[in-house]
Amino acid sequence: MRRVYLDNNATTPVLPEVLEAMRPYFGERFGNASSIHHHGQETRAAVERARESVAALLGCRASEVVFTSGGTEADNLAIFGLARPGDHVITSTIEHHAVLNACKHLAASGCEVTYVPVDGRGLVDPADVKGALRPNTKLITIMFANNETGVVQPVAEIGKIAAEADVYFHTDAVQAAGKIPVDVNQIGCDLLTISGHKFHGPQGVGALYVRKGTPLAPMLHGGSHERARRAGTENVPGIVGLGKAAELAAAGLERGDDLKMAAARDHLEKELLAIEATGLNCEGAPRVPNTTNIYFDGIEGEALVIALDLKGLAVSTGAACSSGAIEPSHVLLAMGLRPERAKASIRFSLGKQNTPDDVNFTLGLVPETVARLRELSPLWPKSAVST
Amino acid sequence: MLRSETIAVAMSGGVDSSTVAAMLCAEGRNVIGLTMQLWNQRRLTGHEGMPESVQGRCCSIDDVYDARRVAETLGIPYYVVNHEERFERDVVRPFVEEYLAGRTPIPCSLCNNHLKFDQLLIVAQQIGADKIATGHYAQVAFDECHERWLLKRPADRSKDQTYFLFGLTQEQLSRTLFPLGGMTKPEVRELARKHGLVIAEKPDSQEICFVPGGDYKRFLEAYLSEQGDKPPEIAGEMVTSGGQVIGEHAGVHNFTVGQRKGLGVATGSPLYVIQIKNDTRQVVVGKDEELYSRTLRARRVNMISTSELREPKRVAVKIRHKHQPAPAMIESAGPDEVRVTFDEPQRAITPGQAAVFYDGDIVVGGGWIENSTQ
Repeated sequence: MRRVYLDNNATTPVLPEVLEAMRPYFGERFGNASSIHHHGQETRAAVERARESVAALLGCRASEVVFTSGGTEADNLAIFGLARPGDHVITSTIEHHAVLNACKHLAASGCEVTYVPVDGRGLVDPADVKGALRPNTKLITIMFANNETGVVQPVAEIGKIAAEADVYFHTDAVQAAGKIPVDVNQIGCDLLTISGHKFHGPQGVGALYVRKGTPLAPMLHGGSHERARRAGTENVPGIVGLGKAAELAAAGLERGDDLKMAAARDHLEKELLAIEATGLNCEGAPRVPNTTNIYFDGIEGEALVIALDLKGLAVSTGAACSSGAIEPSHVLLAMGLRPERAKASIRFSLGKQNTPDDVNFTLGLVPETVARLRELSPLWPKSAVST
Repeated sequence: MLRSETIAVAMSGGVDSSTVAAMLCAEGRNVIGLTMQLWNQRRLTGHEGMPESVQGRCCSIDDVYDARRVAETLGIPYYVVNHEERFERDVVRPFVEEYLAGRTPIPCSLCNNHLKFDQLLIVAQQIGADKIATGHYAQVAFDECHERWLLKRPADRSKDQTYFLFGLTQEQLSRTLFPLGGMTKPEVRELARKHGLVIAEKPDSQEICFVPGGDYKRFLEAYLSEQGDKPPEIAGEMVTSGGQVIGEHAGVHNFTVGQRKGLGVATGSPLYVIQIKNDTRQVVVGKDEELYSRTLRARRVNMISTSELREPKRVAVKIRHKHQPAPAMIESAGPDEVRVTFDEPQRAITPGQAAVFYDGDIVVGGGWIENSTQ
């Protein structure tokens, strides 16, 4: 069966160049990067080259990059590395669970947490962030681009507010890095999270940018790896892959890959919105170029995702819980969508590997599947058009 | 039956439904595995002393892993579908409300009626499956003569689950397969082993899936606490059938008709709960012989082998899962209501339980017990 993968915000396939770059580090270049001998020097050099590539993508110094096991660890390191009991933390209602649940844990252990809302377009209002500041505010953590809607938050404005208030600012840029330019100095953040597998690097590796001078306490205690900010022998093949992916992403942005991606996404979106009783979630908000989130009234998103998967198209809705069941999206609910519409929403996210033919395959499949589901749906008024 | 038919199998991760999936695959059907996520087993943790987590039961992560591994072994597509909201609305809340109203509910039947053979069937159709198959021990057949779909008792009488399936409509039965209906449990386990299924030796589950350890009182209290509901006024008097007040009780939900233990009153001869009065919250206790009734009224009746009860009919009626069906006459007592008159008085007819009517192996229909009279 032909399979088309349009769930690139969940994960992306590793690009062939990335795999090639990683390959020697599973084999002949196996040294522990902390060892003093030749083998260690070889892998140490590779890790530091990767650090430079990541720094180049983010516009920071290599010494400000801490490698982690992924986005979740980087988010947790930023949050738990700074917040202490009695501190106040500001976040938003639409963060990834890596941030939301970390903040929930903070709140249960003596911190105060404020969740700023979003408007109907899925945007945080910087004025709300400013209004939430308190004398004991230690950290603002607000994402760069949302994983479900692709909406790009006004992080530079929030960065200014944080700087003026002398409060640390962390942004989860997992869905932004590699898709749009990310520059820590333009944003004015102190901490920034990226994850390799969201931009065609391997799973299980990420990084946290930590502005020089930020007093970050480590979460893992052990050796003095990563300048004593993250103990544990480096995942060398993963780090090399992340570095290569960062290099390729930077080159792609240089070439204008993001504009081509946006054109493909816009075409897909326009055609899908031609189906009756559909609509774009986050109309009018700035977005990363690969994501569109559309509601199809009268259907259960869960059934549509399964029906499409059985026909070879991989898309997604909401977030999966531990069993793999789909839960209504907290992001769409926070935007004020009614629950039926949130559950009728589907995310399509493109990757570098997708071709125009993939988009055509999708457009050939979705309209008929939506029509069949509506025919069988108790939610869909027969022979009537919902508005 | 067409070989090209696509069948969605309701997979719980247990032996029965896993074997069903394996059997249908072996027959060359197009099989899709579905597991319904119905209840978050960790949800009430911390409320009123509920235990940390519950292992090895419906909707536990372990069971989903088991179902997923079976699906991998068989090479079939597999999905978990989330029906937590509806399960709470149609099964858990009614369960709580029934207990608070002094009745003894059967959540499994509600789940079959509102979830497994309703929501799951809709999802199955939407994803292109013509029918669903489950691991229930029961049989479906088509009666050409009367053009009715029939629900019949299974070959393995000790596993008979028809009591919980009396609510199935003709439409639901026409789209349902019970592949284990002709098999015994040991045969099913043997087949699971033969297919190399990892769950072949997994013990059977018996309890209500969302009530840890069968402790429904603790569940009710935890649920009410989580909902922020003050437990409604449920305390009342303990009275004899003669109306004499002999004590007080803390809540009608602590009692079931026929119960002997935990009444909190001491008398010379053994006392049993013979009635729970919803309106006055009185728990009536009496001697064993006072537990027997000859008639009952069943409401929200679903007829299966015949569309309606035009004249009284001789059947055998089962009034609880472990009850031996007893000979009785059934007759219509209004829209969706049936009066059951037993040949011999039956012990502890319990409001909230189901009365299911059998004609030999065939399920004639059934309804929910409203009350009984001597």
